[in-house]
Amino acid sequence: MQTFTQRLANPTKFMDLSARLLPWVAGFAAAILAYGIYLAFFVAPPDYLHGEIARIMFVHVPSAWLAMACYALIAISAFGLLVFRHPLADVSAKAAAPIGAAFTFLALFTGSLWGKPAWGTYWVWDARLTSVLILFFLYLGLIALRSSIEDETLASKLTAILALVGIVMLPIIKFSVDWGNTLHQPSSVVKLGGPTIHSSILTPLLVMGAGFLVLFVAMHLKAMRNEVLRRRVKALQLAEVARAQASQVTAAAE
Amino acid sequence: MLLVAENLVLSRGGRTVIDGLSMRLGDGESLLLTGANGTGKTTLLRALAGFLSPVAGEIRIENENDDRELGELCHFVGHLDGIKPHLTVAENLAFWAAYLDCDASQNDASRLAGALNKFELAALADIPAGYLSAGQKRRLALSRLAAAHRPLWLLDEPSVSLDTASVALLVNAVSAHCAEGGIAIVATHLPLVFENVKEIRLGAQENAA
Amino acid sequence: MNAFLSLVARDLRLAVRQGGAIGTALGFYLIVVTMLPLGLGADLNLLSRIAPGVLWIALLLSALLSLGRVFESDYEDGSLDVLVTGPLPLELVAVAKALAHWISTSVPLALLAPVLGILLNLELLAYPALVATMLIGTPAVSFIGAVGAALTLRARRGGLLIALLVLPLYVPTLVFGIAAISATLGPDDAAAPFLILTAISLGSMVLGPLAAAAALRAQMQ
Repeated sequence: MQTFTQRLANPTKFMDLSARLLPWVAGFAAAILAYGIYLAFFVAPPDYLHGEIARIMFVHVPSAWLAMACYALIAISAFGLLVFRHPLADVSAKAAAPIGAAFTFLALFTGSLWGKPAWGTYWVWDARLTSVLILFFLYLGLIALRSSIEDETLASKLTAILALVGIVMLPIIKFSVDWGNTLHQPSSVVKLGGPTIHSSILTPLLVMGAGFLVLFVAMHLKAMRNEVLRRRVKALQLAEVARAQASQVTAAAE
Repeated sequence: MLLVAENLVLSRGGRTVIDGLSMRLGDGESLLLTGANGTGKTTLLRALAGFLSPVAGEIRIENENDDRELGELCHFVGHLDGIKPHLTVAENLAFWAAYLDCDASQNDASRLAGALNKFELAALADIPAGYLSAGQKRRLALSRLAAAHRPLWLLDEPSVSLDTASVALLVNAVSAHCAEGGIAIVATHLPLVFENVKEIRLGAQENAA
Repeated sequence: MNAFLSLVARDLRLAVRQGGAIGTALGFYLIVVTMLPLGLGADLNLLSRIAPGVLWIALLLSALLSLGRVFESDYEDGSLDVLVTGPLPLELVAVAKALAHWISTSVPLALLAPVLGILLNLELLAYPALVATMLIGTPAVSFIGAVGAALTLRARRGGLLIALLVLPLYVPTLVFGIAAISATLGPDDAAAPFLILTAISLGSMVLGPLAAAAALRAQMQ
């Protein structure tokens, strides 16, 4: 694992490799998602309780999985930055945050759409939705902190520290939200499409999950490439400024 | 005690400000850091104090008797005074004495009074530090040097806001410190005259002292 | 030890001399709690049911008001640089300052809470539990808040940003603080939430300073 990431550590090598991989990953994602959507709409049976609308679960659940996986990735990147000073660690963390926030929002939104027919209301404070909402706040915090600090090196370190604090607190927050929920006995208990998860539901769910994962990899790679390019542009601009300043100094001295 | 810097590379805000600086300072030696603003004097002092890590190179203390970290062996007087406006002059100094030099036997009132006297602040001892003029605040910051004992002094633009008489107090304090075997590094863009001082001029070229 | 205590003592003395900061936090607490009945109507039964939650949430918001300044003044007047040259590692400096914040701000807020409970018709039996949970839970508020303060030291819009960063991290303290109060009023075992609340506070007193010191070191570069 170490040598693999070391090979990727060189931004130029990363750009080469990702340029070659990206079309394949994107194509793969499209194929898996297409298959998954087919399964979700035509193969999986309608929910015994809620009918067709329950199919939204095939987007809602994978989104929630990705939301959590993405935060884990950010925490790993943060660790890579602070402990190993991996050159691409910060690029990875910065690129992943908005994507993770988007998946979290998608999970909340689709959960809310499901909620209306299922519970009669667009929002309910069950343990799962509440935890995902707080995860959304954690993402917003990362994005807000980074955008409020001018110095990019400092921003990368502080965001990394915040991500690690978040990953430590996440299980505790989830535990506390679960506790608070059992205390207040929500009026309805959500079950994933029935008393047990039948394979006709599980298979499409897993396929959609895999599709979302590959989609995330594609988006993350693309976002990392964009970030590397942006940093290169900025470096070139700063070099231009330094050159202009130096020539101005020599011109003034003459 | 020997303070050694080898091939130091320091950067600030993405720019390399010090590129390959080396120096050695022993007991009783003092160093003047000169150069225009932005040439890295503050960055170098902060790196010596341990606040920033060098991009490359090494800073170390060679000392048989003491294996404390560099940070604990130095007095750092930076651009800012490090004083609390709501505490009196005496309270500010007493806090730093207690915090920086925990050896109780040295923290008696006479030592503090001596420190205040050295920088002619005795009359202002019970005045809240917020009421002081800029020069008086600077002198209060400098009186830290006398309130707790540290072998290495790192002074960044210490004479800013000081009048001629106060500059003389500063120079005397530094000279006395070096005469007793201490080391002093003073960064300044104002003229300051010390005896027997080495100089490194930053910005023009990197010198080895 | 001497250095640690002298730092805590200095911060407490400064807090007393700059009484305005604590006064503002207490005043804010009072005002926010007052807004509730004005906004929700003066149904005493309703107020009584929501009182523990309201008092806790308003306390969190009031504590946040002063947290931004835990490290700010030392950073801005150069004291932080000199503190680093002392015998204490930066982690203990963070502990000292968070502790001083707890004593000077969080504890007074916790002691004001029962008074405000009167405004909200808090159940009589809940008063001891309220004060107990707040005294046990507010170290987490100060120590986790200190992490937020260290992270937002040089950030623009620091005051709002620290709230955004720190409030989600307060959720466990809030949940178990309320759970402990409810448990003492109800039939359930009250020990569990109290113990968990204590664990959260103790954990934050150990881990919070680690994160705060790491952030402060990065800020000083």
